[in-house]
Amino acid sequence: MSAEKISYEVAALYDNNPANLIAMLQEIQKRNRNHYLPRPELEALAECLKIAVAKVYRIATFFKAFNLEPKGEHVISLCVGTACHVRGADKILTALEGELGIVDGGTTDDLKFSIETVNCVGACALGPVAVIDGDYFGELDGEKLPEILRRFR
Amino acid sequence: MIKITINGKVTEVAAGTTILKAAAALNIKIPTLCNHDLLEPYGACRLCLVEIIDGDWSTVTTSCNYPITKEIVVETESTAAVRARRMVLEMLLGRCNTSPELDRLAAAHGLQSSRFELDYDDCILCGQCERVCREVVGANAITFAQRGVDRVVVPPFGEEAEQCIGCGACVYLCPTGAIQIQEDGEQKIIDRWSRVLELKYCKSCGVEVAPVFQCDYFQKKADLPTDFFDLCRDCRVAQR
Amino acid sequence: MKKIENAAQLDAYRQDCVAERDPDRALIAVCTGTGCQAHGCDNVVEGLRRELAAAGLDDKVEVKTTGCHGYCEKGPLAVIRPEGILYQRVKEKHLADIVAKTIAKGEVLDKLLFFDPATKARIKLEKDVPFYKLQERLVFGDNAYIDPRSIEDYIGIGGYKALAKVLAGMAAAEVVAEVQAADLRGRGGGGFPTGRKWAAAARVESEVKYVICNADEGDPGAYMDRSLLEGNPHAIIEGMMIGAFAIGATAGYVYVRNEYPQAVRNLQCALDRARELGLLGANILGSGFNFDIHISKGGGAFVCGESSALIASIEGEVGEPRAKHIHMAESGLWGKPTVLNNVETWANVPLIINRGAAWYKGLGTEKSTGTKIFSLVGKVKNTGLVEVPMGISLREIIFDIGGGIAKNRAFKAVQTGGPSGGCIPAEHLDMPVDFDALAELGSMMGSGGMIVMDDQTCMVDVAKYFVGFLKGESCGKCTTCREGLQRMYEILDKITSGTGTPADLELLEEMAPVIQQASMCGLGKTAPNPVLSTLRYFRDEYLAHINEKRCPAGVCKALSAATQA
Repeated sequence: MSAEKISYEVAALYDNNPANLIAMLQEIQKRNRNHYLPRPELEALAECLKIAVAKVYRIATFFKAFNLEPKGEHVISLCVGTACHVRGADKILTALEGELGIVDGGTTDDLKFSIETVNCVGACALGPVAVIDGDYFGELDGEKLPEILRRFR
Repeated sequence: MIKITINGKVTEVAAGTTILKAAAALNIKIPTLCNHDLLEPYGACRLCLVEIIDGDWSTVTTSCNYPITKEIVVETESTAAVRARRMVLEMLLGRCNTSPELDRLAAAHGLQSSRFELDYDDCILCGQCERVCREVVGANAITFAQRGVDRVVVPPFGEEAEQCIGCGACVYLCPTGAIQIQEDGEQKIIDRWSRVLELKYCKSCGVEVAPVFQCDYFQKKADLPTDFFDLCRDCRVAQR
Repeated sequence: MKKIENAAQLDAYRQDCVAERDPDRALIAVCTGTGCQAHGCDNVVEGLRRELAAAGLDDKVEVKTTGCHGYCEKGPLAVIRPEGILYQRVKEKHLADIVAKTIAKGEVLDKLLFFDPATKARIKLEKDVPFYKLQERLVFGDNAYIDPRSIEDYIGIGGYKALAKVLAGMAAAEVVAEVQAADLRGRGGGGFPTGRKWAAAARVESEVKYVICNADEGDPGAYMDRSLLEGNPHAIIEGMMIGAFAIGATAGYVYVRNEYPQAVRNLQCALDRARELGLLGANILGSGFNFDIHISKGGGAFVCGESSALIASIEGEVGEPRAKHIHMAESGLWGKPTVLNNVETWANVPLIINRGAAWYKGLGTEKSTGTKIFSLVGKVKNTGLVEVPMGISLREIIFDIGGGIAKNRAFKAVQTGGPSGGCIPAEHLDMPVDFDALAELGSMMGSGGMIVMDDQTCMVDVAKYFVGFLKGESCGKCTTCREGLQRMYEILDKITSGTGTPADLELLEEMAPVIQQASMCGLGKTAPNPVLSTLRYFRDEYLAHINEKRCPAGVCKALSAATQA
């Protein structure tokens, strides 16, 4: 089964050592084109690490970095850290939600965009800031937003 | 051995004994909802709060996971300890108002009702079910998931607990009665874990042995003959 | 690559590194920290190289890509050395002029210089700009001089000298004693004496011990650890190596946030280079000391900044704190003696060894020695990272270095110590900033976030924001933290929506001490702080929301209308 292959490969990369579970999950999600951890992968991973599926599931749901549902091609991480909050990040979120027709944590039907809020990306001087596909977009306002999104559409 | 004074009573305990255990040996009952002798101390419900006094210094702390390493004085019914426990109970009651055990403890702390708007969940997340399943039974059928206020105990992926053997340990330990086990014809059902287990009956006398899955689990785990659970215990003994 | 086998070879290598660089040769140091990257610094670097090549100056002038310089507000930043001219907000359209005029003819481009609103004058040199002038950049300053991907740059400015000093001539106990004598306190939160931690771990007999660097910088609004890791990773590696030698550890871990990809890349590169040169691995500098460092990437959980949760996470377990009745110095990572310090703390260690505890103690205040890096953000003119001696006043940081409040509005409060810190009002602006003074005011040092708030900030909304943050980050194990924070949030939400009652305030004040006492870990124990500190200094605002159904700052939407009515 091809789905299991990623888990087996990734587990082997880390010597099948369960201490590296979090790193393995990060790698599996990174290699998934919809940025998520499909159930068969988690079950396969548990099997090759000889640990309970329950444990893998627990860790995958505890950490914010992991998704158990498919995400859009472009994940828009909007910073809602303190510095961005006092500079109006919530207004940007509302505008973004309106622009894409989805709420925080949601994904567009065409699997093009997802919105997630993150607590500080460490670029406080640029607030409000969003990270899209690894690129930083700072000093956001309602006018800049549609223009930025257009680049990814 | 270390000297410890609890509510004025003096005793000696081995180093590392928890305050909760030391108190129990003195017949002093400290309320708790997440502690059980079979399980490792966990410290989730925060109800077993006591006050530790050391001269002018004092602190309120959980007793279930506090190992005694030096001579200390403990008060379980001091104003500070009771006030803190009452607040913990009030928080728990704001979540679950259908547990007779919780009601009894609340009443004992002079608490009639919670000021918090009821946000009902019959589970108080004490984790006894998750721990007995993992630590004692070894089935790992259920787990904590999510975090913060979204924390829950669920089977993996929130679907049927495929590793559940239907032993009922979680049902037995649950302090609020949130987990129930039912028999329906030839099935055992634990609704909370979406688990339906076919029962196995004795080939000789027809009496119920255990869920098939449980028989298979123990057969493999203990490396028993494959037909071991075909008979109930009585018939097995009789045949020998 | 030939390995460096002893201290003498390291010195020789250093001389080679220095000799290769003519100090009088022109150099353009471009900040490529995350802030400047967002401002488009990569294009500036490429463009400068292109222009220099076109002008035939590319072998005479070096373009150095450095880590964060700190003045993120004015990025992209370029510093032209040896003069030290600071160009700010450098755009691609300026590059041709920079090369043709400044580099080729020595003409300064006025429009790119800092404009001082106080004197209405342009300031040419970086060192004269008020933002930098009042700082003491001992830990952070090297960022602007080195390429973080070049170990030669680090060795060239004296890097790994402290390590060589320790390995060549100091006993482990002497190293511990030096750090203890310096009174270095942990820069990550509590301010616990670092030397005392080290001494406790050194005392325990064990063949395996660990040192850990906490780079899970989770405090929103703080990014100094990120900038250090990105900009000067070798300083952290060197600090960890010295700590490992002092306590007898053979392995180290850096637990770094997943949200910091560039920090991970630069750290990985630094570790690889140090290994190639033999500065990590077996028999380091011929001393018999063996040590290596691994990177562990976090999965995105604020609670993993808490030491026991962090360790659980490195072990591949869920990041749930454990009861801490046994100290990590005895039983930490995989049950072995462990010392955990944060990024900035480790980065201070080489400094102490190189220049001595007596010198270090001369910086800062009696009980808070050395310098501290703060991230000055929010409604302040000059946002960025500032490093100042402990004991400097809040006013100096916010008004002299930070240039005052953005849009010249009125200062209302500064929030320090991360989400579980506190808000300090104007009346305490002249208080000297150190660990103990901040604690006395009901806040804390934390990792050094300073979020400046102006008169358009509602303090009840701020408290709600922090409690909301913390309830989302609580692991959910303790009843008091999980239920307590949710209930606090609900009450604050009621107050900001105009349906709060005086009984709500009482309930908040009744819950707070129980959450503090009864929660297991630091997150829960400090979580009521934002509520308590805003109640202490801004009770009037709470009362206005409750009694007059009015939000004085005009922030709370449900109440804004009432204000106008």
